[in-house]
Amino acid sequence: MGIDLSQFHETFLEESFEGLDVMESSLLNLDAGESDSETVNTIFRSAHSIKGGSATFGFDNVATFTHVLETLLDEVRSGDRDVTQDIVNALLESVDCVRNMLEAQRDNSNYDEAQVKAVQTRLEAILGNDEVSEETTDVAEESNSSNGWLIDFKPHLNMIQTGNDPVRIIRELESIGVISVKANLEKLPDLAEMNAEDCYLSWEIELYSDVDESAIREIFEWVEDECDLNIKPLQTEVAAQEIKSVDSPSIKTEVKPEVEVVNKNEESVQNKATPARTKSTGEGGSIRVGIDKVDELINLVGELVITQSMLGEMGQNFESSNIEKMMDGLSQLERHTRELQESVMRIRMLPISFAFNRFPRLVHDLSSKLGKKIELKLSGESTELDKTVMEKIGDPLVHLVRNSLDHGLETPDIRLAAGKPETGILHLNAYHKGGNIIIEITDDGAGLNKDRIRAKAISNGLITESEVLTDEKIYDLIFQPGFSTAEAVSDLSGRGVGMDVVRRNIRELGGAVDIVSSEGKGSTITIRLPLTLAIMDGQLVRVGKETYIIPIVSIIESLQAKKESINKIVDHAEVYKLRDEYINIVRLYETFDLVPDSTDVSNGLLVMVEGEGSKIGLFVDELLGQQQVVIKSLETNYRRIEGVSGATILGDGTVAMILDVAGLVVLSRAKTSVNEDKVA
Amino acid sequence: MATILTVDDSTSMRQMVSFTLKQSGFDVVEAADGAEGLQKAQSSRFNLVITDVNMPKMDGITLVKELRALPAYKFTPILLLTTEAGIEKKKEGKEAGATGWLVKPFNPDQLLSTIKKVLG
Repeated sequence: MGIDLSQFHETFLEESFEGLDVMESSLLNLDAGESDSETVNTIFRSAHSIKGGSATFGFDNVATFTHVLETLLDEVRSGDRDVTQDIVNALLESVDCVRNMLEAQRDNSNYDEAQVKAVQTRLEAILGNDEVSEETTDVAEESNSSNGWLIDFKPHLNMIQTGNDPVRIIRELESIGVISVKANLEKLPDLAEMNAEDCYLSWEIELYSDVDESAIREIFEWVEDECDLNIKPLQTEVAAQEIKSVDSPSIKTEVKPEVEVVNKNEESVQNKATPARTKSTGEGGSIRVGIDKVDELINLVGELVITQSMLGEMGQNFESSNIEKMMDGLSQLERHTRELQESVMRIRMLPISFAFNRFPRLVHDLSSKLGKKIELKLSGESTELDKTVMEKIGDPLVHLVRNSLDHGLETPDIRLAAGKPETGILHLNAYHKGGNIIIEITDDGAGLNKDRIRAKAISNGLITESEVLTDEKIYDLIFQPGFSTAEAVSDLSGRGVGMDVVRRNIRELGGAVDIVSSEGKGSTITIRLPLTLAIMDGQLVRVGKETYIIPIVSIIESLQAKKESINKIVDHAEVYKLRDEYINIVRLYETFDLVPDSTDVSNGLLVMVEGEGSKIGLFVDELLGQQQVVIKSLETNYRRIEGVSGATILGDGTVAMILDVAGLVVLSRAKTSVNEDKVA
Repeated sequence: MATILTVDDSTSMRQMVSFTLKQSGFDVVEAADGAEGLQKAQSSRFNLVITDVNMPKMDGITLVKELRALPAYKFTPILLLTTEAGIEKKKEGKEAGATGWLVKPFNPDQLLSTIKKVLG
């Protein structure tokens, strides 16, 4: 029947990648000396599933490779082979090979065949080439055929207790030739003694067909240990006779009509087969969603439908006495809508373990390369995060972890000399905090050297010799473009792609990154990210006739400007003195070319926001409400606008722009390039 | 039409088996490991059980033993899906009470003709 197997490819690839991750992390556990049988079994099972699936779905290269891999794993599993470092490394390389092959399959690209071949050779070398290909052994079976066969079939008493039915076997024989069957009732006891679960009958079957004996044996394959089976060629003349007249004095089982029924079934089966589906392109990706999350959605939609029909009914013949009921209905609708929104968002949420999972391998490989001893600790892996955010945070995280391994953590001798334990600790932690997810990367390494950073920043012209900076500002320098303190440009990091790129990537996600460090004791890098990119909490403000939205996360406070705190400085720039700080004022009506209620700052409001490490005061006419807004991309629908990060649609149907606070800060800097000491 | 339980920890294999059977008009229930399979088999009746061998929580061989110990499944056909070409696993499966096996890789047609051997 025409079932298109490619419809299962995406699922197969997805589960195989998961299987490879499991193999990898289990192998790393083995590496740490944890060679318990459950771990080995888990690795074996994953390889086994990938092999079975790849053979079934036609990925022959993967099937061939994983077959060798599986053979080795089977030997380890059965205890025939000890787990050595060499084997673990070879297995880890195999995981990479399989991953490459499957990725090539997924992306329709090529993989490094030479590498796969090399690893396969290595696996075979470990196996000692003593593996004779199994498939070739049973070919040389006797192929003597005759006009027919005499089959003596005596089921054991318990045969039907394994779910096998002798009649079905006989019927199957009929599919390969004409049969004549004699049932032997000799062993049938009296009804009183009969056990319905036993098989008392035996059969003598004459099969007229030119098939090989092996074809007959195949039919009896499942029951060969549950019956006495004797197959011998029919005498030629007997065969000819029997074909003419199949009547014989003994009891006969006529199977023919049943076979026709079977054939009819087969026909209907074929008719029902759907035409081949169009091949799924795999674009757009997919996510696995727990059934509970889907159930919750269905439940909520059900509630919505009920509320909607209730309101609809009320609206048909509305009486003013019903107004309270309608208000109830509306608030119910609101609650359900909010719950539905939250549930839908949860579908996109994945545990951060998806991003963390690659680190055990990375740390394992890099620490041996660098000659360092490093223990990786993971915590908070179940903390959930939007899938898109997760995908985009992967590379910055890798960069930061590599940095810690390369520059932060010291080699064992340096650590011992500093009175620290030989093994350094790298800790990745994640948790939720007020609508954000916080990811911390902590190491107990050397920490940041303030003097070195300072000297480097001076030589790079980032700061002047005379500038006095707080610790915070010094640490912040490492995020500046073009900054790198690594003395030797290593293979791992410090190749120009610096922390500035990391910070920029994180900022593009609406997040922030900062570092605290204690020299000699280690550093902690903290990344703060929004839980989702699709929805945010916004403060609605009015400028003239327009409504803008400021992300609530970036607002520090809003205040009525006092005339005496506003200072004008050169170049038409204005600053506002807030406690001990001078904050640039940005007149939004100027930025967006609008007619405001008033051009006098003291008549309006200042919304103090922070972005790019600086604060600015946004001058607006009025603060409106706060609400969650769905972010729509301006670039895909229109084009990029400085100072605006996106747009949303408000309850009344109008479009409101979402302000890009970091962008506005940069704009104001460019405009004024103000320095605190210039203030009068 | 007969109701079939398919037990496999591999989602893609389970989907393939399930899809093929449903196309042929069978009712299909899926389980992701032996333990789940046993639990589903206990809560409803199946005319046929098709199970993978290597699975977490409870493997296929144990599942067969557990099922055969239940009066309701004493004669129910149980098929093993196995990649082990070796005689050992098949023997182990038979001793546990399995009806027969189907060697991976197989295609939908092979699956259906194997099923025809145990379900009329």
